[in-house]
Amino acid sequence: MEILLPFLTGTLFSVSIYFILHRHLFKLILGLILFGLSTNLFLFVVGGMKRGSIAIIEQGSNLPAEPYADPVPQALLLTAIVIGFGIQAFSIVLIRRVYQTFKSNNMDNLNNNEKI
Amino acid sequence: MPANILLIIPLLLPLLGAITCVFMWRDIKWQTVVVSCVQLIFVGISGIMLQQVLMQGMQVTQIGGWPAPYGITLVADVLSALMLLTTSIAGLAVFMFSHVALDKSRKKFGFFPLFLLLQMGVSGVCLTGDIFNLYVWFEVLLICSFALIALGSKKSQLEGALKYVTINFIASGLLLTGVGVVYALYGALNLAELALLVRSEHVNAELLALPGIFFLTGFGIKAAIFPLFFWLPASYHTPPIAVSAFVAGIVSKIGIYTLLRLYSLIFSVEGDYAQPLLLLLSGLTMVVGVVGAAAQVDFRKILSFHIISQIGYMLMGIAIYTPLAVAGSIFFVIHNMLVKTNLFLVSGVVARRHRSFSLTRLGGVYLKHPTLSFLFLISALSLAGLPPLSGFWGKLMLAKGGFQAGNYILVATSLCVSLVTLLSMTKIWNEVFWKPRPKRLKQSTHETMGTYTLYFPVFFLLVFILILGVFADPVIQVCKIAAQEVFHSEIYINAVLKDKRP
Repeated sequence: MEILLPFLTGTLFSVSIYFILHRHLFKLILGLILFGLSTNLFLFVVGGMKRGSIAIIEQGSNLPAEPYADPVPQALLLTAIVIGFGIQAFSIVLIRRVYQTFKSNNMDNLNNNEKI
Repeated sequence: MPANILLIIPLLLPLLGAITCVFMWRDIKWQTVVVSCVQLIFVGISGIMLQQVLMQGMQVTQIGGWPAPYGITLVADVLSALMLLTTSIAGLAVFMFSHVALDKSRKKFGFFPLFLLLQMGVSGVCLTGDIFNLYVWFEVLLICSFALIALGSKKSQLEGALKYVTINFIASGLLLTGVGVVYALYGALNLAELALLVRSEHVNAELLALPGIFFLTGFGIKAAIFPLFFWLPASYHTPPIAVSAFVAGIVSKIGIYTLLRLYSLIFSVEGDYAQPLLLLLSGLTMVVGVVGAAAQVDFRKILSFHIISQIGYMLMGIAIYTPLAVAGSIFFVIHNMLVKTNLFLVSGVVARRHRSFSLTRLGGVYLKHPTLSFLFLISALSLAGLPPLSGFWGKLMLAKGGFQAGNYILVATSLCVSLVTLLSMTKIWNEVFWKPRPKRLKQSTHETMGTYTLYFPVFFLLVFILILGVFADPVIQVCKIAAQEVFHSEIYINAVLKDKRP
């Protein structure tokens, strides 16, 4: 299981980059979501995966009972998920607005700024 | 003022201002009053902070009272206090400009709260002492600039915002990945703790280059370094001038600030990969930016490309990495924040008068508005680096540092680039101010009262630019102190972790 996850993360990263580079606007949404997911998954895997008890220190001892999972990456992960969710929500609204304004799904039609 | 209050005010003040503005959502008059109070206090507090940091050394506080490696650390050293003061001055000027120039509908849809939250993000990035919080503050800053760039939903704005959001989202993902790798390697997130661990013999020291590259790429995208800059000229000229002046003047330089902070504390410039890479990138950034500017015929686009070229100069100081060069880089960042904001504001005033940003459709401004031309001339010559204006001193320090370190090719490149910068500023001067007005366009008669009050923020910034040029010596001394602190990371470590050790 643990050997599978790095490969899964790598695959997710490459798929998301492929989607972001695609010219269809909906694929861009998918790409952004997948990219956020893959960074989160990376953070989770790189923090070390351990099954076992929680990292709460019992009364009277200085260390939690082994084996325990490091809680810090999980806290980082939660924060990152929330932030990513906010940005993804914003970008979905933005992309919808772009679609409504330009009446097009094709990113290649979005190069008017270069002509200014 | 005690450190714990002093350090929290630059974060709390814009936040409270923004919340108050949200409560007065449709009442622009009162929002304006609140924001102007916040901006004035913000400038005052930043000034006090710089003074206190200079007098008493680094100011540190732990939010919540947890000791350093566990709690949330806020640190103000001379570098961050300088950045904070400059951004607050630029913020005040941009606010004054937006008060007059920004249209009512944008103000009604929350320009002021977003602007304040953006400033909060900037202060957070400057003050934080924790690598994960750095990422979080950067996200705060970015989401506000996303919203500000898209605010108004014009066609060009949406297009620019889409590109800006996508590339910056990827950059943030890379930063987060870097944070994950750093934590996996060292098990710490506090910058001082990390700096301590990096300097001790750690088993994972060999792998430090990996997160270093993640951070270099992530912040490289945000700062628009050479191969990663294409989003900048595609998006920075699309929003109204009040937004693009602040975003262009401040946000990309914040990326340089974080690079300097991280590459002095955690990753080392003098490793096997970083210095040659940074030297190469800085040279290429300068040249490509200035060459790109030569091809443009839009006022704002020329300025946007010049941002890239100036970023190259700031990166050059970091790449050379001697105290003098880093001090030059810091001076250059300060100078550039003020000058670039001012040039954007001038382009806004011109466009308000003559209804265009295109060089082919403008002309004869000198004849009609000699004061405005004079304001532009000073800022433009300062950007190009003519003595005794502020750009000259920055470039002088960078060139001197480069010669001392023996980077002759890079220094020669930088000097040539500043010549081309002068050429490009002359192009704007000729086309916009000197050339007779194109005949086929009818004369514009938008001589409203509002446009004269627009001169005020430009004057305001110009005063600081002139002070920076004429009284350069005290500022250079402060920059040198900041560079000393950057080089002696043990000061930073001791200040933050003082509770841990006797």
